[in-house]
Amino acid sequence: MNSNYHVVVIGGGSTGAALVHDLALRGLKVTLVERGELTSGTAGRHHGLLHSGGRYAVKDQESAIECIEENFILRKIAPGSFELNDGLFVAITEEDVAYKDTFLQGCAECGIPTKELTAKEALLLEPNLNPETKLAIQVPDATMDCWRLPMRFFATARQNGADIRPYTEVIGLLKQNSTVTGVHVRSHITGKEYDIKADIVVNATGAWAEKLSEMADARVPVRPTPGVLVAVYGRWNNMVLNRLNRPSDGDIIVPQRELSVIGTSSWYAPDPDRLGLPLDHVERMYERGSELVPGVKHAKMRAAWSAARPLLGEGAAATEGGRDLPRTFKCFDHKERDGVEGLVTITGGKGTTMRAMAETTADVVCDKLGVDAVCRTKDVVLLPYWAYYH
Amino acid sequence: MSNNGRPGPKTPVTLKILRYKPGSIDPPRYDTFQVDADPLMTVLDALEEIRATEDPTLAYRHSCHHASCGTCAMKVNGKDVLSCVTKVLDQKSDVIVVEPLGTMPLVADLVVDMGDFARRYEPAGLSFVRESEYLTEAQTPEGVERYTRFESCIECGICLSACPVANTNASFIGPAGLAAWYRSLQKGDGERADILAAVDSDCGVWGCHGAMECTEACPSQVQPGDLIMYLRREVVKSKLPWAH
Repeated sequence: MNSNYHVVVIGGGSTGAALVHDLALRGLKVTLVERGELTSGTAGRHHGLLHSGGRYAVKDQESAIECIEENFILRKIAPGSFELNDGLFVAITEEDVAYKDTFLQGCAECGIPTKELTAKEALLLEPNLNPETKLAIQVPDATMDCWRLPMRFFATARQNGADIRPYTEVIGLLKQNSTVTGVHVRSHITGKEYDIKADIVVNATGAWAEKLSEMADARVPVRPTPGVLVAVYGRWNNMVLNRLNRPSDGDIIVPQRELSVIGTSSWYAPDPDRLGLPLDHVERMYERGSELVPGVKHAKMRAAWSAARPLLGEGAAATEGGRDLPRTFKCFDHKERDGVEGLVTITGGKGTTMRAMAETTADVVCDKLGVDAVCRTKDVVLLPYWAYYH
Repeated sequence: MSNNGRPGPKTPVTLKILRYKPGSIDPPRYDTFQVDADPLMTVLDALEEIRATEDPTLAYRHSCHHASCGTCAMKVNGKDVLSCVTKVLDQKSDVIVVEPLGTMPLVADLVVDMGDFARRYEPAGLSFVRESEYLTEAQTPEGVERYTRFESCIECGICLSACPVANTNASFIGPAGLAAWYRSLQKGDGERADILAAVDSDCGVWGCHGAMECTEACPSQVQPGDLIMYLRREVVKSKLPWAH
């Protein structure tokens, strides 16, 4: 090995966390750099939903299948990081009821377990649901801890020898001709700049992937597509509540501790560092959320924020709301795509599919390095998150 | 909508932020920045804006942006708070002083070493784990009067920073740690005698001076100060054979 590391991973979100864990388990010498605190980009800010895949079962089945498979794997390798609360897809209007068969068929095709509940059964489980509820479908959604779950991957990776460097920003790529040979970073702890040499650099920066790949004159078709989320005081529901219809604004309420998180909207933002907070979106969360649970309409706001989804897409469809873009992920070897050797990008995907994204990327990395090592992340139970501080 | 995509009228506010980078900004100093604050802008939003537009080297902790993860605690005008739910304009001051939490060792700028918190808290078993939670409206099983929440603590370190004892005594378990021991006792995690023995010392319940700053500052209504007093009663009771 000519470099200090086999791999340097850029980006300390869910994907980076799962990737350093995977690579460390395969015996590679790996380091991860993140410009801020770990999980301070999109990873920590999503609703905290462990997807059953139900939301994508009709229009984005590839993503739905990834979700349900990973949902079951994560429960096994990260016990205790989820509330086993399940989710409901709730029909409020006749139009919702008419969507039921399409939804059930989609779930069946994707292998998502479902159970049909009458309005009475649903209201018994969730007394705050809209009394107009017509019926509900139970699915294995769950609430996840967006910070502590990735931290378990970091903790385990660290135990297995990975160097995790938060507050370390990549300010340039090291290059020899058209080969990326490492990263030039600035530590925001010491203020010092230095080089990290590696055989492969992985860009796992999610919604920031395009910004980063531009440093290598490579291109990634990722659209930062934020949504607004509103957390209100009070645990209005115990299960995850979704509207039984095509995904749209404000159609999901995820309980988190003693808060309820209403999500979300969707628009295109060219700069993931400046998402803003459109007030009309905040109002729409209240309006639409109260169709599911009328009580949230006047619930006191704990926080409102925006989070940038890293969606894959190009052209006109991508610049509109982004609702129809797939939620799947993709790993790009820039040698094939842009003639740049030594750089791999992983983006798209969801918190729920973080482990699968890592597996796909680690396979590409091992292939490029000529390393023959199998993925073990489906079976290795993660350390508790506080082991990160050991 | 203005150019930064944030709603409402803007009020200029100065943030005076403690800066420290061992070896380069050393000793610490204060830097000042101007932000145009809107009514919903939190101190964390302001830090994000400063980092994006003025100083990319500013280091601070944050993740969920809605008081669920517990990472973004800091001192704002001297008070220990979660910066993600502390609004800039609610401070009602033209200059807002932003500093790192106390007690825990300073790493850089507004970042403290949470390893210190984990070390004090861990022996009780950091237990975010739970199967699920229940609504007060839902029916409880027979024999259970009501559900009690144990998992409200978000391990943010605010109580440890606010505690006058923890500030000067590194071996004091501290409010969050003692509250976690209380939780273990209530849940029946482990032997009752072992739990009481773990807190029956000057580093445990007897180290508390009853200042109640922890209960005052806790953003999640865990009320650690009250729980420490409860643990004290249990320790004393366990030593009175006739009081069981």
